[in-house]
Amino acid sequence: MMSLRLRLFLILIGATGLIWLAAVSWIYISSQRELEHVLDTRLQEAARMVASLAEGFGRSSSDDTDPKALPTLSGYERQLSCQIWSLDGRLIAKSSGAPEGVLTDRKSGFSDHEINGEAWRVYAVEDASKGIRVLVGDRLGLRERLVGDLVKGLLWPALLIVPLLGLLIWLSLNRGFRPLAWIAEDLTRRKADDMRPVNVTATPSEVRPLTDALNQLFAKVELTRRHERDLTAFAAHELRTPLAGLKAQAQVAIAADDPAVMKHALRQILVSVDRTSRLVRQLLAISRLDARGEEQRAEPIVIGDLIDEIAGATAKPDAVTVSVDERLATLTWVANRECLELAIRNLHENAIQHMPSGGHVRWTIGSSPNDIVVEDEGPGIPENEMPQIGTRFFRGRFKSAVGSGLGLSISRLALERIGARLVLRNRTDTNGLRGELLRQA
Amino acid sequence: MRILVVEDDPVIADAVRVGLMLGGAIVDCVGTCADALAAVSTTRFSAIVLDIMLPDGSGIDVLREIRAGKETIPVLLLTARDEISDRVSGLDAGADDYLVKPFDLDELAARLRAITRRSGGRTDACLVHGAIRVDPAEAAVTVNGSPVPLSRREFAVLVALMERPGVIRSRSELEERLYGWDDDVESNAVEVHIHHLRNKIGRETIETVRGLGYRMRAI
Repeated sequence: MMSLRLRLFLILIGATGLIWLAAVSWIYISSQRELEHVLDTRLQEAARMVASLAEGFGRSSSDDTDPKALPTLSGYERQLSCQIWSLDGRLIAKSSGAPEGVLTDRKSGFSDHEINGEAWRVYAVEDASKGIRVLVGDRLGLRERLVGDLVKGLLWPALLIVPLLGLLIWLSLNRGFRPLAWIAEDLTRRKADDMRPVNVTATPSEVRPLTDALNQLFAKVELTRRHERDLTAFAAHELRTPLAGLKAQAQVAIAADDPAVMKHALRQILVSVDRTSRLVRQLLAISRLDARGEEQRAEPIVIGDLIDEIAGATAKPDAVTVSVDERLATLTWVANRECLELAIRNLHENAIQHMPSGGHVRWTIGSSPNDIVVEDEGPGIPENEMPQIGTRFFRGRFKSAVGSGLGLSISRLALERIGARLVLRNRTDTNGLRGELLRQA
Repeated sequence: MRILVVEDDPVIADAVRVGLMLGGAIVDCVGTCADALAAVSTTRFSAIVLDIMLPDGSGIDVLREIRAGKETIPVLLLTARDEISDRVSGLDAGADDYLVKPFDLDELAARLRAITRRSGGRTDACLVHGAIRVDPAEAAVTVNGSPVPLSRREFAVLVALMERPGVIRSRSELEERLYGWDDDVESNAVEVHIHHLRNKIGRETIETVRGLGYRMRAI
């Protein structure tokens, strides 16, 4: 696309030029008309003047065959040609520059003629009392030159002014675009990780929407990057533990001579691999949730069916029982399936993991019929750890053997993505945690 | 060597326990700061392997508390955080060494041997007493250059005696070094191990100090 500056410049120059052109043509036309009017009047006056001066030409000239030369008129008048004819068609007198032939056949008034290849404007006046007809003519070519000179006199300064104007427009455009150049310079100078907002105070109001949008984008990118950094740091940190277990157990398996010891180590390796793969799965889930924008495909989901499906697919010790309230089968949320499934699965797994020696997980309906509640009989969360719960990667004192500290974070994040909230509190009736999934109807 | 492993991750704790035991050490495992402090106050360990991130607090705090009690027991820190500031604060708190997860089990054992050796004021990796030479790294014993196969507990008794030749080790002290909390100890176990040891490395090498314990006979 053409540069904004060049475009503005061309538009401004074009517009200015057009206005100049219109003004010049208007001046040309109006001066021409005015000049014609003035010259015609002068022609008329000159004819009358000559007629009034031509005393006695008509009568005394009957025997005089030589036309008299009229007194030469000075200055501009020289352009005029004058003929005096008797009413019977003799040329009585003519001015020095006048042609030999009759200027016009008309008895009186204005007329245009071509004589000897030249265009003439002629005024005729008849004086019957003196017996003469006075013809005063004016070469049209001269008139046009006059108008041309006049317009040229106007046009030259105009032509000089147009480039000057162009220069001025160009300079002021540059000046006008300087804030944009500043912003561009500021942005190009930045390092890749510099997400400070663009200074808005120095930007003109027209550019403000652009800088505001830029700053919003910066903020979003910065948040995403921070999440990513946290995630990477957490992943690096948290993956070390299962990896350390894997490595140490593998070394034990290699070093052990006793088959029982070796078998034990290999089983521990299996546990570690399961734990690591779950951690990786959760890390991927959380990074997907982070990357996911607000817009997403929503569909009606029957909560009871979804929980049944998840509970059926989740491994649990025999000592753990799960019940799903029948009323949940009539509860439907319109939400993104992946997010809701992620939230419920992590809550479900979390509940099971915190009851290694058995207990009951109960999915039911909340105080508002649109809310979902899950209760377990685990150790709950110590009150002083409550505020940190759900902040990423926090693992409480009662962490489970396979927990990563990500489950509740994932649930919370996934629920946020579908416009719902997770409220956790310890149960009052017995040991255990109660999670409420709240959503405005 | 009797080692206390303070690690909340069951897989790692298990691997360290089995791995160090394969190298001839006696290992006890605990998973919390509170249990670690209780263990240190009741039992004498040769060294402690201490994880920093524990469920009920920081291993660094445990270390500070141990050092505040004027305990000079060697401590090796284990952590998943690979930040210089973490290592510095760990060493400043009184740690003798430092390993970042995932670590090598052999390296852990070697470092433990090194810090216990240093704490005993020795520089030589091998223990030598007369014709007897003990290499803790290889769990190997030679007498006059020829290898002598020893059981794990016999080896532990010999190392305990040779760490400070001339110093009397009481029966209970030796028992503490020989058995973890989970082991069943028979009342005459130490005597039986000493008896076997004498058979393998020479009758005269270990002296019985009646009523007090055992020591290596002065050369």
